[in-house]
Amino acid sequence: MNKIKFATAWLGGCSGCHMSFLDLDEKLLELANKIELVYSPIADVKEFPEGVDVTLVEGAVANLDNLHLAQQIRARSRRVVSFGDCAVTGNVPSLRNTLGVDDLLTAVYQEGPGRHPVGGGEILPRLLPKVLPLHQVIQVDAFLPGCPPDTERIWAAVSALLADEPLLLEPARRTFG
Amino acid sequence: MTVVTLTINDELVSAQEGETLLAVLRERGVDIPTLCHLDGLSERGGCRLCMVELAGSQKLQAACVTQVQEGMVVHTHSDRLVKYRKMILELLFSERNHVCAVCVMNGNCELQWEAAKLGMDHVRYEYLHPELSLDASHDRFALDHNRCILCSRCVRVCDEIEGAHVWDVMGRGTNSRVIIDLNQPWGSSQSCTACGKCVQVCPTGALFTKGSTVAEMEKQHNFLRWILDGREKKVWSYEKNGK
Repeated sequence: MNKIKFATAWLGGCSGCHMSFLDLDEKLLELANKIELVYSPIADVKEFPEGVDVTLVEGAVANLDNLHLAQQIRARSRRVVSFGDCAVTGNVPSLRNTLGVDDLLTAVYQEGPGRHPVGGGEILPRLLPKVLPLHQVIQVDAFLPGCPPDTERIWAAVSALLADEPLLLEPARRTFG
Repeated sequence: MTVVTLTINDELVSAQEGETLLAVLRERGVDIPTLCHLDGLSERGGCRLCMVELAGSQKLQAACVTQVQEGMVVHTHSDRLVKYRKMILELLFSERNHVCAVCVMNGNCELQWEAAKLGMDHVRYEYLHPELSLDASHDRFALDHNRCILCSRCVRVCDEIEGAHVWDVMGRGTNSRVIIDLNQPWGSSQSCTACGKCVQVCPTGALFTKGSTVAEMEKQHNFLRWILDGREKKVWSYEKNGK
């Protein structure tokens, strides 16, 4: 049996969704029999590969790196899932959207305590004017809300995705927050 | 009282004349979402979630402010209605900063729950991210405009039950805000009796008790029935109404 090419990605988020994913515990063994993990922050892969079946994307689109990776994920994945509230709604990272980027950087770095770092140059990715939910940047096939989504939700979602079924969660498993 | 006969979702139903359609739907166990409606308060017809289709009319009607009529033919869950209800919720979420994950009402919020029930799993509209204030000038309570959906339950409970009429709504459209007295800090209000009824009826985290943090705020509506039974029927019974 061909294994399903499975990927997870981490954009502008706290990694809590990935932590919750790892909380699947012994179910991870079951999952390992069905999938080949081809890209993930918990796997040492540098480049997002071609021909991925399912990609779970944690985090909002906050900077240019996030944007480029999101576009690459879309181009190279058959099904893309917004994984957790930051990807679905913008959530906590989007709290900065009431401020302009310059005001934000000034408030945090220049007016904050200590010495501020010198310039950004090309080392740090540029922040987007607004933090965006993933579906405002690329087409998304399914949404898995929660901050983080708990293991029952993740397992229900992953089971549906691996079976190539639509992702239909019961109401108590699709709340934000 | 006269009895009227109407058709709800292809089923013949009798109701008392003068009853609202929402009351009849609820009696019959039809699960229809509401946010501005609260048993014991006057109806506002503001949130539009309880909209239904009436045969012979292209216009959708809010069930909470529509009286039953003889021969009425009602549909409550057509594709069109479900689509609009989702749209309404998406617009509510996009209009202010409803960040469930860091809200005092996370897990107990009526807006959050209605969205989950209707299957609103993302918002298709652009979030407005308005810059809104939080009034923590009161000793015991706080008002966070970020979470307010302008249901006006606070306005009605304060006016109709407490009799103080501290709250009102100022402005129009997305600039509307609930205000205290003549738009002043809550702590400076002389008409507020600090009874907390507004906090208890608020469906979201817009009004909350100070000191509660994420997901800690729970609200109780039981007091409304208890006060009204006492006032209108002279019945004072905790047991009957207790949860």
